[in-house]
Amino acid sequence: MSKATEHLSKIKHSLAGRNRAEARFRWYGRIAIFIGLAAVAVLFGDIINKGHGAFRTTYINLDVSYDQDLIGVNNLADSEQLSAGNWDALTKSALRAKFPNISGRSDKRRLNNLLSNGAGFDLKDRLLESPQLLGKTESVWMLADDDIDTYYKSWLAGEAYAARLSDKQVIWIGELHQQGLIKLQFNSNFFMRGDSREPEQAGILGAAIGSFLTLIVTLMLSFPIGVCAAIYLEEFAPKNRWTDFIEVNINNLAAVPSIIFGLLGLAIFINFFHVPRSVPLIGGLVLTLMTLPTIIITSRAAIKSVPPSIREAALGMGASRYQVVLHHVLPLALPGMLTGAIIGMAQALGETAPLLMIGMVAFIVDIPSGFSDPATVLPVQIFLWADSPERAFIEKTSAAIMVLLSFLIIMNTSAVWLRKRLERRW
Amino acid sequence: MQTINILFLLFGLGLFGFYLGRGRSRAIANPLGGIRQLHSLPSYYGLHTALWCALPSLFILGFWLIFNEALINSIVMSSVPIDIAPIDTASYNLLLNKVTNIASGVMPRDGQGAGVVNAADSLSSLRVTSRWSMTLLLLVLAMAGLFWGWYKVSVDFRARPAVEKVMQNLLLGCACLAIFTTVGIVFSVLFESIQFFRTVPIYDFVFGLEWSPQTAIREDQVGSSGSFGAVPLFVGTLLVSAVAMFIAVPVGLMSAIYLAEYASKNVRTFAKPALEILAGIPTVVYGFFAALTVAPFLRDLGNSFGVSISSESALAAGGVMGIMIIPFISSLADDVITAVPQSMRDGSLAMGATQSETILKVVIPAALPGIVGGIMLAVSRAIGETMIVVMAAGMAANLTANPLDSVTTVTVQIVTLLTGDQEFDSPKTLAAFALGLMLFTVTLMLNIFALHIVKKYREQYE
Repeated sequence: MSKATEHLSKIKHSLAGRNRAEARFRWYGRIAIFIGLAAVAVLFGDIINKGHGAFRTTYINLDVSYDQDLIGVNNLADSEQLSAGNWDALTKSALRAKFPNISGRSDKRRLNNLLSNGAGFDLKDRLLESPQLLGKTESVWMLADDDIDTYYKSWLAGEAYAARLSDKQVIWIGELHQQGLIKLQFNSNFFMRGDSREPEQAGILGAAIGSFLTLIVTLMLSFPIGVCAAIYLEEFAPKNRWTDFIEVNINNLAAVPSIIFGLLGLAIFINFFHVPRSVPLIGGLVLTLMTLPTIIITSRAAIKSVPPSIREAALGMGASRYQVVLHHVLPLALPGMLTGAIIGMAQALGETAPLLMIGMVAFIVDIPSGFSDPATVLPVQIFLWADSPERAFIEKTSAAIMVLLSFLIIMNTSAVWLRKRLERRW
Repeated sequence: MQTINILFLLFGLGLFGFYLGRGRSRAIANPLGGIRQLHSLPSYYGLHTALWCALPSLFILGFWLIFNEALINSIVMSSVPIDIAPIDTASYNLLLNKVTNIASGVMPRDGQGAGVVNAADSLSSLRVTSRWSMTLLLLVLAMAGLFWGWYKVSVDFRARPAVEKVMQNLLLGCACLAIFTTVGIVFSVLFESIQFFRTVPIYDFVFGLEWSPQTAIREDQVGSSGSFGAVPLFVGTLLVSAVAMFIAVPVGLMSAIYLAEYASKNVRTFAKPALEILAGIPTVVYGFFAALTVAPFLRDLGNSFGVSISSESALAAGGVMGIMIIPFISSLADDVITAVPQSMRDGSLAMGATQSETILKVVIPAALPGIVGGIMLAVSRAIGETMIVVMAAGMAANLTANPLDSVTTVTVQIVTLLTGDQEFDSPKTLAAFALGLMLFTVTLMLNIFALHIVKKYREQYE
């Protein structure tokens, strides 16, 4: 056998193995992509599975008699009387009227625990809304306690979780269910209220508004500053060490861990400049510094994509360099810059760690109404609820995550849409 | 007047200045034969006037906002009677808080000493005086600027270059903000760290094997001396990052290779954005997923095999972090793989190599520097990741290399030490800044090195 044929047969023999290796390699690639996609699916499935229940909550229907003596209020205009009023007595008496055969201190307490301890105040609000009800009786759907809510939902789903309930409470709920006096209803509290220690009364409105205010501060600062910096670096910066240094700094800041920006905010803004803690203003300042590199980098890319011929034409017509940039380059680059800004805002909306450092982690019930009101933001609210021991908060947390993710999806798709719609190919 | 109102007022004055300057330039030019007689367009005269009107006042306002409070506080504090005068920083801050709270009406005035109440009163009156004099000064300054800008308008005045000069400086200032931020970060962590290293020697911090930052509240408390040996934190951080990399590198790299070299256009247009969803999910969501789904799942899985897995294991936190980093690696690797010139692939295929052989022996070696750079950026990301580990990793500083155990990381400790209320200059909070310094230094070095490699690689094929 000659050397050539020997080589040939060697190659032929190895060919099957090499083709197998090729097929294996392709499968590794497919498996890797499958793992990635499965992670997306599992993550979303898990969150939706855990959280979908929170959009409905349990209400119990009882006949409430707005007895003046019971509450201790006979004049609804008297604010002192209102705040001293015994509103819980309304819910207690309504429950007692529904289940008259209950005696014993602990049973009474369990009975009262059927309703949320905020139910009395809801009745107060109702009474203030329609004062003619004072002294009358009406049947009202009232918010149930979170343990009852958890049990009722799990019981409806066929896998009753009664660990936090007494046997009697389970029986009462069964009776109420038979009479159609307990039902699931859209959970408006979740969208209309601030945080609370009681899961059934806790809502995300406070956090959502806090996020909104923080993002406004971030956008107002980071977009103009980022665009100005990008214009300078792309159009006017001389090529020297100083601009190189600026560029290295921007690229590095884009990769600095976000928690470091929190430390910066704590040391400089809070301890040095005495900006108050926990307010959207400082949150926005810190997030501005954090998102600035992203916005600068995308804005520069947008400016770069404007062809030089446009600049040359404008210069040829006698425009100054600033007129070239302001009248021609900037309008053409704006869609790209806006896309970058939206992506930067989405990043800022999901950020948690630096905000923990500057005190936005406080428990805040009130809904913030300004940039210097104490506030928290959606991701921090999620963090706080995830840390709470009550089982009902798991559902709330997942639902809050769903809200946060929907905001992010809206922002990112609008960025993609904007890019597709407004982008010009040269 | 409120600061925001002052800003609105200045803005309004600036706008007025704009129209004034523009109108005057036109009025001057018209009798001479139209605006072509002017050096610049009328709007530049307007801008020039507006800038003279608003900019100096804005500068003064900025300085005032920064220094006003500190100045007033120091005046008030130096005037308190000698019997309640503070002796050290802590009592100084305490007294200052008390005075400010009384002045703003948060604390009742009754039952406080006369000295404190007097100080609060003088604080309030100083604040009012300062604010009004400030407003007055700003208005006078704005009017003067307005007049000066108005006065300067003439046929020969070169308004455009003057305005553009101001704009140039403004743009430069914005660009330099990146440098200020870096400097700010360095100073903020460095100063506190130096203070920390005065109480805890740097050697003990970097090489100490025990971490228990609980310092005594009372002198006689047991076991609360506080030891700040950060080695367990470093090991824990590395362990979690290693687990994350163990998942993210193979998956990210292989999916990048498949998408770049094998996948049809349809698969690519679907799978690429789908994978990038992972990059857009907030870390707090991953943290929740790790703590409430993955960790219990792993624990139960371990139990069914008779292995005890901690419910705060490094495996759960690291695994979820790995999932988070997959798109990061895959998009960086995708960039560098597609940057490898097609001619190199064609050459290898023409020699009879299979596609996988071409990838493994030609494309990957050619793209290696870029891939390594990308992985280093990912490592720096994993080290600095906070929320996943805060929610899913433990608090106890165990010195272990077992991923089934619970470990704690640098970022977890920074968050634990700094959330909650404590004295700002206690060793506990200062330790957080020392950890921040370590974190910043390490990630900075990784980033600079990685960015350098990636940049160099890009130039190679451009």
